[in-house]
Amino acid sequence: MTTKGTLAVLGGVVFLVGAALVGLTVGPADITVGEIVRSAASHLPLLHVRSHLSPTDSAIVWQLRAPRVVLGLLVGGMLAIAGGAYQGVFRNPLVDPYLLGVAAGAGLGATLAISYGGSGVGSYDLLPLAAFTGAALGVALAYALGSAGAGGRSPAALVLAGVTVVSFLTAIQTFVQQQHANSLEQVFDWILGRLSTAGWHDVVLCAPYVLVSSAVLILHRRLLDVLAVGDEEAATLGVNVKRVRLAVVVAATVGTSAAVAVSGLIGFVGIIVPHFVRLAIGSSYRIVLPLSLLVGAGFLVLADVIARTILSPEEIPIGVITAFFGAPFFAVVLRTSRSFT
Amino acid sequence: MIELASLGVRLGGVEIVDGVDATVAAGEWVTLIGPNGAGKTTLLRAVAALVPYTGSARVGGDEVSSLPRRELARRLALVPQSPLLPPAMRVSEYVLLGRTPYLGAFGYESRHDHDAARRALDQLDLGTFANRALATLSGGEQQRVVLARALAQEASLLVLDEPTTSLDVGRQQQVLELVAALRERRGLTVLSAMHDLTLAAQYADSLMLLSGGRLVAAGPPSEIVTEELVAEHYRADVRVFGEGRSIAVVPMRS
Repeated sequence: MTTKGTLAVLGGVVFLVGAALVGLTVGPADITVGEIVRSAASHLPLLHVRSHLSPTDSAIVWQLRAPRVVLGLLVGGMLAIAGGAYQGVFRNPLVDPYLLGVAAGAGLGATLAISYGGSGVGSYDLLPLAAFTGAALGVALAYALGSAGAGGRSPAALVLAGVTVVSFLTAIQTFVQQQHANSLEQVFDWILGRLSTAGWHDVVLCAPYVLVSSAVLILHRRLLDVLAVGDEEAATLGVNVKRVRLAVVVAATVGTSAAVAVSGLIGFVGIIVPHFVRLAIGSSYRIVLPLSLLVGAGFLVLADVIARTILSPEEIPIGVITAFFGAPFFAVVLRTSRSFT
Repeated sequence: MIELASLGVRLGGVEIVDGVDATVAAGEWVTLIGPNGAGKTTLLRAVAALVPYTGSARVGGDEVSSLPRRELARRLALVPQSPLLPPAMRVSEYVLLGRTPYLGAFGYESRHDHDAARRALDQLDLGTFANRALATLSGGEQQRVVLARALAQEASLLVLDEPTTSLDVGRQQQVLELVAALRERRGLTVLSAMHDLTLAAQYADSLMLLSGGRLVAAGPPSEIVTEELVAEHYRADVRVFGEGRSIAVVPMRS
C-alpha cells in the first residue's frame, strides 16, 4: 500500500475511535472519556486501575451505550464495505448493498414474522432470523435469474434480475402488510431502521457474519481493481471473473443480510460512504474497501448519537439522520472534488 | 506458436469464423486483414479463449480452451480494439494490472512486478505519465498505455486488435514501429488485425485475408494485397503501387 493509503487508513482508524468515544460519552448521564477509559482499563488484568464509575454509570456505559456503539460500528462498516464491493463487481456507481434483493427479501421476511409470528416474534430471534433468511433468499433468487439465459451473469443481467426480484418481493410484502393492518406500525418501524438497545445480544448475533464477510471482501480488493477493466479483459489477465463475482456477491450479501437482520433497513450509508472515500482519497479498491469499512462504521455511530439526542428522550429513526446529514455533506464533497467517477 | 485447425466460431446461430487453418511461427508477425464483418476480431477472441469455438486453437502447443486462464495470460497478452479504461485509475496502477497472471488470487505485487511495470512504462515513454488519471490522456497516449499493460504481462505472444484505429498517421506509425522494435528486442510473436492495408503490408511478415469468416488467402504481403483480391473481397477499386514491403494501396474514384 502507498504512503497515502497507509495515512488514509490511519485517519480512518482515528475517525472510528473518535466516533466510538463520542457514542460512549454522549447521553443523559454525564460520563467523561477519562472515566470510561479508566473503567475499561480496570477490566484488564495486570493494570491495577480502579474505576471511578458508579455501578449505575458503569451499567449505562457497558450495558447500554457500548453494545449500541459496537452494533453501529458493525452495521455501518458492513453496509459501506458491501456497497463499495457491489459497486466494483457491477462496475456501477449507483449500486447499493440492497440492489440484488437484500432489502426487499429482508422486508418480506420481517413482515411475515411480524404478521404471522404472533407473540413469538419477541423471543427466539424470529424477526432477525426471518429477515436474514429473506435477504439471502432474495439475492439467491436474483442471482439464479441473472445467471440464466444468454446474457449469463453479465453485470447488466444481474442488475435487471435484481430489479425484477425486488418488485416481486415488494409486491408480496405490500399484500401481506395490507392484510395485517394492525402490524403496520411495527413493520414501518423496522423498515426505517434503528440500532437496538437490547444489550449485547444483537451484537453477538451479527458480529461473526460481519467479520467474516468483511475479511473476504478485503481479500478481494485487488481483484476488484482488475474487474474495473471489464469482464473480458480481466479474463485475459488470468482472472476467473465469474468466480470472483460470485464470491464477492455472496460475502457482501451474507454480511449485509446479518446487518439488516438486527438493524432494519438503514439507507444511504452503503452508497454514499464508498463514494466519499473515492472522491477524497482515490478510486482503487485497495483503499476504497478498507476505508469504507472504517468510515462507514464511524459515520453510523455518529448518526446514531444524533438520532437519540436531538429530540431526547424521543428517538428519530437513524435512516432519517443518515440521509438528512449525509446528503448535504456529500453534496459539498461532490462540488469541491475535481473528478467524479 | 499458434496453430489453428478447422477453427470455427458460431455466435447467435451465425457462422462468424468458418474452418480456418493457419499457423503463426514463433517470432513472426502475422496480420489479419479483411472487410468489416469478415471475422477478424472473433478469430482473435477465439485465440484468447474468450468465445467458444469448434476445431482447434493451440498456443504454445496447448488448446487454449483447456488452459487455465492464468497460464494462458502468461503466454498471450491481448490489446482489444476498444479497451475499457477506468477514468480515475492512474496510469501506473493500470499498467500494473498486467502483472495479474503472476500473482496468487489474494497476493500482492512484489518489487519484481513493480519493476516489470516500470520497464513497460519506460519502453513506451510513459514514465512522466505514471501518476496521470487515464481519463486525462489523449487517444494516442491511451493506446500506448494499453500497450504498456500488455507488455507488463511479459507474454511471448502479443495479440493486437486494430491497434491503430483512432490514431493520426504519425501516431499509427509510432505505435507500429514500437511494436516492431519490441518484437525484435523481446522476441515477441505478434498476431494483429488491421484495416489499413498499406500499414498492414509494411509491418507484417505475412498477411491472412479473411472474408465471410473464411481464410481466402495467406502469404507474403505483396501476394495478398493485390488489386484483384482487394476488388473481390472489399468491393473496392484500388491501385497498388510499389513492391515488396513498400507498397501503398490507393483508393480510386470511378
